Amino acid sequence: MAGVESTLTWTCYDATKLSAREIYGIVLSDLGAIRQDIVGLTADLAKSTQIGAFGDKFPDRFFNFGIAEQNMFGAAAGMAKVGLLPFVSTFSVFASMRACEFLRTDICYQNLNVKVIASHGGTSFGSAGTTHHALEDISIVRAFANLTVIVPADGYETAAAVKKCVEINGPVYIRIGRGFEPPIYKAEPEDFTIGKAVEMRPGTDITVIACGPTVYHAVEAAEILERDDHLSVRVLNLHTIKPIDEEAILKAVMDTRRILTVEDHNIVGGMGSAVADVIAASGKGCVFEKLGIPDVFTPHGYPEDLQHLFGIDADGIVNKVRAMMGREFEADESWEDEI
Amino acid sequence: MALTAEERERFRKLCASLRRDMVDVTGWSGGAHIGGSLSMVEILVLLYWKYMKIDPANPEWEDRDRFVLSKGHGGLGHAVVLGRRGFFPFDELKAFNKTGSNLGMHLDSKKAVGCEVSTGSMGHGLSEALGMALGARVLKKSFRVFCVVGDGESNEGSIWEAAMAAAHFKVSNLVALLDRNHFMIDGNTEDVMSLNPVADKWRAFNWQVWEVDGHNLDALSDAIEAAIAWDKGPAIIICDTVKGKGVDFMENKAAWHYGGLSADLVAKAKASIGEE
Repeated sequence: MAGVESTLTWTCYDATKLSAREIYGIVLSDLGAIRQDIVGLTADLAKSTQIGAFGDKFPDRFFNFGIAEQNMFGAAAGMAKVGLLPFVSTFSVFASMRACEFLRTDICYQNLNVKVIASHGGTSFGSAGTTHHALEDISIVRAFANLTVIVPADGYETAAAVKKCVEINGPVYIRIGRGFEPPIYKAEPEDFTIGKAVEMRPGTDITVIACGPTVYHAVEAAEILERDDHLSVRVLNLHTIKPIDEEAILKAVMDTRRILTVEDHNIVGGMGSAVADVIAASGKGCVFEKLGIPDVFTPHGYPEDLQHLFGIDADGIVNKVRAMMGREFEADESWEDEI
Repeated sequence: MALTAEERERFRKLCASLRRDMVDVTGWSGGAHIGGSLSMVEILVLLYWKYMKIDPANPEWEDRDRFVLSKGHGGLGHAVVLGRRGFFPFDELKAFNKTGSNLGMHLDSKKAVGCEVSTGSMGHGLSEALGMALGARVLKKSFRVFCVVGDGESNEGSIWEAAMAAAHFKVSNLVALLDRNHFMIDGNTEDVMSLNPVADKWRAFNWQVWEVDGHNLDALSDAIEAAIAWDKGPAIIICDTVKGKGVDFMENKAAWHYGGLSADLVAKAKASIGEE
C-alpha cells in the first residue's frame, strides 16, 4: 500500500487544478493590471481561495488579515470608502455567517464597491463536513439590499462573472465551489450578462432551473430524459440570484408549465425560494418543486456522494422530473382537501 | 504645539456650548444617547476644531482626514459637532430622530453630511478605520484616520481583531481614542465585563498607548499631538472620561446612557453645564 499512498501525497494547495478558484486567481491578477484600484483581501486562505496569485503579482495591494473575517470585511468597507475596489475572498460559510453583519451593515447598507468571492459553496467541501458546508449563504445574503448575488456554473462562467462584476458600482457576492466540479462550458461565455439567465437547452415539457454545480447535472439529466423518456427538458442556468431574471422564469412557466429548481443549498430560502417568489407573485399556476438540501445538516462525505444522497445530481433530477411529469393540475374547484 | 491660552478658553466655552446643544437636541428628539455623547465632547472638539484636516464646505475633499465614530451610539454628540462645525445647518438637529430626518441616533453616512461611516453596531468602526488607513497607504495619500472607540464596545472581539491587524500592518496613520467613560447600559464596565487593565491590553497588541484625563484639554491635546507624530505603528489615547460629563444628575449614572428630557430637566441640565 506504500506505493498507493505515495501517489496520493498532496497538500491543501494542490487541490485547485483548473478550478473556478484557480481561474478566479488568474482573472483577478489580469484585472489588477488594468485596474490599479483593485485590492485583494483574504483571511488565511490566500492559497485555498487562489487570491494569492493576485498577491504574488501585487504585494502592495494584497492584505492577509489572518483568521479574522469580521475585521477583514470591515476593513474592506473602509478601503472602498477611500476609493479602492476590494475583492474579498474566503469560504462561503465564513463570508455569509462569520462576517455576516459586517457584510450587511458595513458593505451593503453603505452600498460600497466591494466584491466578495465566496468559495467552497454548498457541499463542495464534502469531507470537511457541516462546519464547512455553506447551505444557507444564498438565503442569508439575498436578503441584503443593494447586494448582487451570483452563483456561476463553473470556472469559465466564474471568469466572466469576475470580469463583469467590476462594472457594477456596488457590492457583489459571487459564490463558487471548491474547484472539483466538472465544467459545463467549453470556454468563457462571452455573452454573460449579470441578471440574465442562460438557456442551456431548449425544451417544452418541463424547465429545470439550476445554478452553480447543478447546472452540469441538470444538462446531463435533460440529455438522459430526452434519450430515454422522449421528454423535452429546458435547462435554465440562473447564475444571478439577485436581481433575478423574472422574464426567463415566467417565460418558462408559460412555455412548459412545470418548473423544477435544483441547487446545492438548503431548500429554505435559496435559489428555489427566489424562483417561487417570482412565480407566486405572477399569479400563474404551474407544477413546481425544489431540489436541494432538505433542511437538514449535511454529513461529511465526497461531494458527488452528497449530491447523490440529496438527489441534486443527474440521477436525482431524472427521478424528480419523472415524478413531476405524472402530476397534473387539479380540475376541481374545491380546496377543502388542501386547507 | 501646546494649546494657547486663547485656544484653551475658546475650546472650554465651545465644549460647554456643545453640551448645552446636546441637551437641547435630547429634549427636542424625545430621547438620545446623552451620557456617552457628553463624555467625548473634548475629544471631538480638539479633533474637529484643531487637529483634523477637514473642510466643511468640501466634505468629499479626497485628502481630508477621516473620522470614524466606532461607538456609533454617540450619534447625538457627533451630529451636534458636525452641525456646529458647519457641515449642515444646525437647524437640521431639530428633526433629530424624526421620520424623514437626515439625522437619527446612529448616523447614516449617506445622509448626515460629514459623517464618514454608518456605525451603530458595536465593534465595526475600528475595522473600517483600519481599512481607510490602509487605503491611504495603497493610494499613497497622507491623510490620517481618527477613530473614537467605546469602552463597552471593547467587549466585542472584532475590536481586538482590528487591533491585532493594525499593529501587524504597522499602520501609523491611524489614531484611536478610547472614550473610557466606565459605563455601559447594564452598569459599570468592570461589573458587566471587565476591561481592565485596558492600557496593558492595547500595549500587548503592540499599540503605542497614552493615558490621559479625557476632559483636560491640555493633556488631551498633548497626547493627540504625540499620537499623530508616532510613526512606528498604530496609536491609541485612553481618555479617562465621565459618562454624562457636565450634567450633575447624569454623571456616572448608567441609566443616562439613553434618555429623554422634559423642558424642566433641559433647563436643569443646561444650568448645571453653565457658561450660558
